[in-house]
Amino acid sequence: MKTVAADPKGVDSGPHFMDGDHALAEGALAAGCRFFAGYPITPSTETAERFAERAPEVGAMFIQMEDELASIAANIGAAWAGQKVMTVTCGPGFSLMTENLGLACMTETPMVIANVQRGGPSTGLPTLTAQQDMMQARYGPHGDNMIIALCPDSPQECFDLTVEAFNLSEFYRVPVIILTDETVGHMHEKVVIPPADQIKIVPRNNYSGPKEDCRPYKFDSKGGHPMVRAGDGYNFHITGLTHNEKGYPVMTAEQNVKVVTHLMEKINSNADDIIRLDEDQIDGADVVVVSYGITSRIAVKAIQDARKEGIKVGSLRLITIWPFCEKRIRELTGKVKAFVVPEINYGQMVKEVERCAGSHSKVISVNHCGGAVHDPAVILDAIRKANQ
Amino acid sequence: MSTELGKFKAGSPMADVLRMDRMPHIWCPGCGIGSEVNSFADAVKRSGIDPKKLVVVSGIGCTGRVAGYVNFDSIHTTHGRAIAVATGVKLANPELTVVVFSGEGDLAGIGGNHLIHAARRNMDLVVICNNNFTYGMTGGQVTPTTPNSAIASTTPYGNYEYPFSLPFLMDAAGATYIARWTSVHSRNVTQSIEEALLRKGFSFIEVISPCTTLYLRRNRLGDGVDMLQHYQENTIIKHGADTRETAIDYQGKIVIGKFVDKNKPSYLEASDKCSIKLVGDDYQLYGKTIPEREAEEKAEKERIAARRAAMAAAEAQGEAIVPATTRKASAAKVKKAPAKAAATPKAAKKAAVKPVKKAVTKAPAKAAKTKFQSKIMPAKQALAGTKKAAPKAAAQAKSKSTKAVAKAAPKKTRK
Repeated sequence: MKTVAADPKGVDSGPHFMDGDHALAEGALAAGCRFFAGYPITPSTETAERFAERAPEVGAMFIQMEDELASIAANIGAAWAGQKVMTVTCGPGFSLMTENLGLACMTETPMVIANVQRGGPSTGLPTLTAQQDMMQARYGPHGDNMIIALCPDSPQECFDLTVEAFNLSEFYRVPVIILTDETVGHMHEKVVIPPADQIKIVPRNNYSGPKEDCRPYKFDSKGGHPMVRAGDGYNFHITGLTHNEKGYPVMTAEQNVKVVTHLMEKINSNADDIIRLDEDQIDGADVVVVSYGITSRIAVKAIQDARKEGIKVGSLRLITIWPFCEKRIRELTGKVKAFVVPEINYGQMVKEVERCAGSHSKVISVNHCGGAVHDPAVILDAIRKANQ
Repeated sequence: MSTELGKFKAGSPMADVLRMDRMPHIWCPGCGIGSEVNSFADAVKRSGIDPKKLVVVSGIGCTGRVAGYVNFDSIHTTHGRAIAVATGVKLANPELTVVVFSGEGDLAGIGGNHLIHAARRNMDLVVICNNNFTYGMTGGQVTPTTPNSAIASTTPYGNYEYPFSLPFLMDAAGATYIARWTSVHSRNVTQSIEEALLRKGFSFIEVISPCTTLYLRRNRLGDGVDMLQHYQENTIIKHGADTRETAIDYQGKIVIGKFVDKNKPSYLEASDKCSIKLVGDDYQLYGKTIPEREAEEKAEKERIAARRAAMAAAEAQGEAIVPATTRKASAAKVKKAPAKAAATPKAAKKAAVKPVKKAVTKAPAKAAKTKFQSKIMPAKQALAGTKKAAPKAAAQAKSKSTKAVAKAAPKKTRK
């Protein structure tokens, strides 16, 4: 990935005391996002508010659309008109966005969507935390498709991972979802925004070659294919229909294989480059706690307590949730007695861990539904049980 | 067939603005969408705008396929979301001219919320709505504009809902340019689109058009030509009409014309004004100050004016060009169409009734110029607003038409 320094105009360098939602907006501006179409929904609204407030001075455009269907749709349009784009929402809004999330995947449109998760289903717990949309982010839109999802555990990471989300999104031309949660979104902490020249961003890569060679797509299971920008004279066509590399509809079984394989494999076959994990004392561990987002911070306390008791416990924090770190789990399977998977849902990512662990290691789910973070004692109990 | 097609492709006067590599298109013989696309292509040429800076966005459905056939930057979106996508395109690069071309089911049904909000914001978009009272692609279901009592596949015993009058809806929502025409008024459609392409704010152009395969057949209203004749005889041109009086009854009179054309700051103008108040003269959008953008806009306007002047000069010398060739081409198409259709067994059955129909098709084609100019298409005068002439002509047409219809097609009334 070719990177350049961030445009100082969008970078509010220095130490801040801000919550995760605001940090998402700052991350977007730092990454060069200049278009934000949003719709208010608790607990994500603050991101839209901050972007709206900052937009005039940065020279960006903010628009509050009539609903989430429209926000993500406007983002698709803006992306093809040359802007880096972002929107935020939570469960109910994300449900509406899945329609055009599918279109964004199909048309390989770079964009960042933050889902500040709250308890569901339906209207659920608008002001309380959850991690219940992990599978929705992956499997929300109909049809086979693949996205990238990142999971920050702090306001600082909300900033950092938003920049990274834009970089991945630009390179792989895929929607990148930031799966945070109400707790991180509303938690105020120190956030240090580096100087612009220390923030590496992947700039929009627009096609500039001869018209006859212009192809909006290249079905090669790789990243790095340039976008085509509206107004540059290439007369591109894009569609949600199964299409060829020129963007024209070709509705055959053979073409569907080509398109879908590319959409899946441009992420899956590059998973090693994409996936970021935060590992701690995994070598020689008997128990590995696999966690993400706010739950990983609760798990830290349980892990510390367990170590005091002499249990060899490691931590595997999933910064990249999708694509799932299959390879790493398979490597550890058989070497560790058990995986402990705490999460604020009825057990979602634990199924991925179980799938990769097979029958070689135990997998213990420490789930509880939305509304509150874990009590560290519950995770500690699970670690003890896992060590038996 | 391929060589014939090749000849057609090469010879089309619209070859530069249509994606000839995607022809033939999917639309049925007698459908109104093709002529609307032709009007649109013609309007783009006449307007003098830079085609490189034009983006066409469509939703889903028969009209949703327009984006795939026009040789501009074009986006075929999800069902109903064309206006939302177009909003993003326009706001992300204000230099672009953005046109939404879609059907009434897409725009006013599933996308109704985006339609009214774009009108409310006076978003800088041109929306061309093909209104054929039908969800064509899915087989002829009822739409938000299907007239009361009309039969659709999902209202098999007649539609008992109340339809939208789209001009009224758009007026109430805040659209600053509203026109309605029918498929038979292709030159008016062209002119309205041309006007809309050159103005700011939200423009809405409704084109009532025949869906021969589904709506007409299911309601036993004859074929495309019958419906064009119906439009010709049952439309009333009323510029500046009160949009509350533009409702369409089943096979009733259709009020057409340019209903609204007013100035109000567009979304971008309003947004700029707000930001400049806040930030001051240093305000930049995407790195450009307002004076810079205004200078670019002015230069573009001058280029457009120069192109238009050149076209007008060429036309005056009788050389040209776009409009004349277009007419020839469309006349040629009309001739060809029946021959093509006869190849299919269904059409062969139809051909049995040919003699009568031929007479019908030929007559208006010959008389087209006079009729179109006197009643249907008083081209420039019409848009300038010759209100008096229109109702008279319409009244005359009315007396003629009722007789003609009664004589020619007594069987074609619905069960």
